[in-house]
Amino acid sequence: MAERVMYAMYDDDEVLKDGAKKLVAKGVKINEVFSPFPIHGIDPIIGVKNTRLGIMAFIYGITGTMLATLGMRYFMVVDWPMNIGGKPNFTYLDNMLAFIPITFEFTVLCAAHGMAITYLLRNKTLPGIPAQNPDPRTTDDKFVIEVRASENAQFSSEELENMLKDTGLIELDQKEMK
Amino acid sequence: MHKEAAIREPLILGHKTYHDVTEDVCKPIEDKAPRMWYILFGIALIIGLYGVGCILYLLGTGIGVWGLNKTIGWAWDITNFVWWVGIGHAGTLISAVLLLFRQKWRMAINRSAEAMTIFAVFMAGMFPLIHMGRLWVGYWTLPLPNHFGSLWVNFNSPLLWDVFAISTYLSVSLVFWYIGLIPDFATIRDRAKKPVAKRMYTILSFGWSGRAKHWNRFELVSLVLAGLATPLVFSVHSIVSFDFATSVIPGWHTTIFPPYFVAGAVFSGFAMVQTLLLVMRKAMKLEAYIHTKHVEYMNIVIMVTGSIVGTAYITELFISWYSGVEYEAYAFLNRATGPYWWAYWSMMTCNVISPQLMWFRKLRRSLLFTFIISIVVNIGMWFERYVIIVTSIHRDYIPAAWSMHYPSHIDIGVYIGTIGLFFVFFLLFARYFPVLALNEVKTILKSSGESYKNAPDHGHH
Repeated sequence: MAERVMYAMYDDDEVLKDGAKKLVAKGVKINEVFSPFPIHGIDPIIGVKNTRLGIMAFIYGITGTMLATLGMRYFMVVDWPMNIGGKPNFTYLDNMLAFIPITFEFTVLCAAHGMAITYLLRNKTLPGIPAQNPDPRTTDDKFVIEVRASENAQFSSEELENMLKDTGLIELDQKEMK
Repeated sequence: MHKEAAIREPLILGHKTYHDVTEDVCKPIEDKAPRMWYILFGIALIIGLYGVGCILYLLGTGIGVWGLNKTIGWAWDITNFVWWVGIGHAGTLISAVLLLFRQKWRMAINRSAEAMTIFAVFMAGMFPLIHMGRLWVGYWTLPLPNHFGSLWVNFNSPLLWDVFAISTYLSVSLVFWYIGLIPDFATIRDRAKKPVAKRMYTILSFGWSGRAKHWNRFELVSLVLAGLATPLVFSVHSIVSFDFATSVIPGWHTTIFPPYFVAGAVFSGFAMVQTLLLVMRKAMKLEAYIHTKHVEYMNIVIMVTGSIVGTAYITELFISWYSGVEYEAYAFLNRATGPYWWAYWSMMTCNVISPQLMWFRKLRRSLLFTFIISIVVNIGMWFERYVIIVTSIHRDYIPAAWSMHYPSHIDIGVYIGTIGLFFVFFLLFARYFPVLALNEVKTILKSSGESYKNAPDHGHH
């Protein structure tokens, strides 16, 4: 079934934010906002939850710490203990101070790359994917609110249109999407 | 919205709109390159290729082609390595540390400073690889299941820590830089008219849309990466300094090295950023975004880190006497008054005296003066590493083994070549990449832009 999608375009982030507040107050569900830079404070208005990528970064980091610890313990203590400069290598604790730099580096390596990869996958932004913004101007200086008719079944198309037009937009675009 | 004190100087001059910011940054990419670009690129490419030639000759012949001898087994190779790594510290410091401190002036310079960082670390990474002589066994530095004998790599060695530190630093900086570039590539993509450019920037921008959720993630990822990169910056140069600090050679036996090297790295990195940006802002007409105030802020960083470096030099000198170890004391006396006195005093003049001139407001706001000092500082920082490395080992315990280091033409060719390659990369970056973080600059336009900042009808009070 084809669906009606409306794109309201603004030329200022503050106007969009005020408009979004008004729409939400009237009970309109805003599906998406596109902008050329992060609009601070828009997330709670349109109901975007905070990302949990930070937790993932922590988990990746801890994984790195563990791998580095286990690895170095195996290489330097279990598999082939070396006597370097008369310094003992019999237990992990004896030698731990020398392992701190690499443990730290490996933690950062895993946390940073793990998080970056997760970020790209979650965003579905990968090389070769075509542009996903509704209008090329949204990466320059225009801001767009996307409203879907199906998510706002309590309003007729005309009502939605009028409410959007009431928010100081500069252009209203409508599309039929599958 | 965030408000700034009225007396704080605006960071973006003139009456810019969001669209103007896009125009100003994208224009140089979309227009034809100026003749000057081709000339500079040609010169850099020739020098770079000469360096590649020297490297290939070295790899084919062996590191005997360097001016090393039995007393001085490490000279320009490691000097150049530390010099480049040091330069490669400013970018991540600017983008990560200054992000955590919410310094908005970083936004105009972080993109190009980070590009500079990445290219500098590329150059740095080449030296440990080629100084192995047998480049094709470079992967032996990795802890691979050992098919090569009975031993693993030595995890107690600062040289191995270096392998991990530099590769982590390079790859994390690259990721940090690229995550920030994606939205800006999308801006160029959406403006591109020529089909080839459109295609290229579509691939580079990963299909970026600018959804609210994506921006939410983007900001968190930037923040966490900054949080990870900040200790990383400090750890990397600390680890580089461990190569010398943990040794038992007089002069390479100094526990002050880690903070001293980190300060020195920031010092030389900012100097390189100044050298590049002062030219770039003019050539690409970005004077409204990178102006005197930015230069002044960077000069203050140079002054502070230069003072730390100066204090470290003098502390090191004092402790060598105070320790009562005669070999240690001789190593330092020999630096200042021995056959390499000229290197020592060049270092002292360039690194200790020149940054102190930045106390004068007039001088630190002068662009020409800044440009000259930035080059002087980088010369001084090269001498610092040369002094630490060569003068510490050229006279060891037996006077019969005393020696001098004379660089061969391959030494010089490889070094000059890396400077050429560095500029090849940087010029390509300036030609095809957005040199300003568009999306970040736009967020501060209203709080720090001249036309918005102190406008009488500003905001909703």
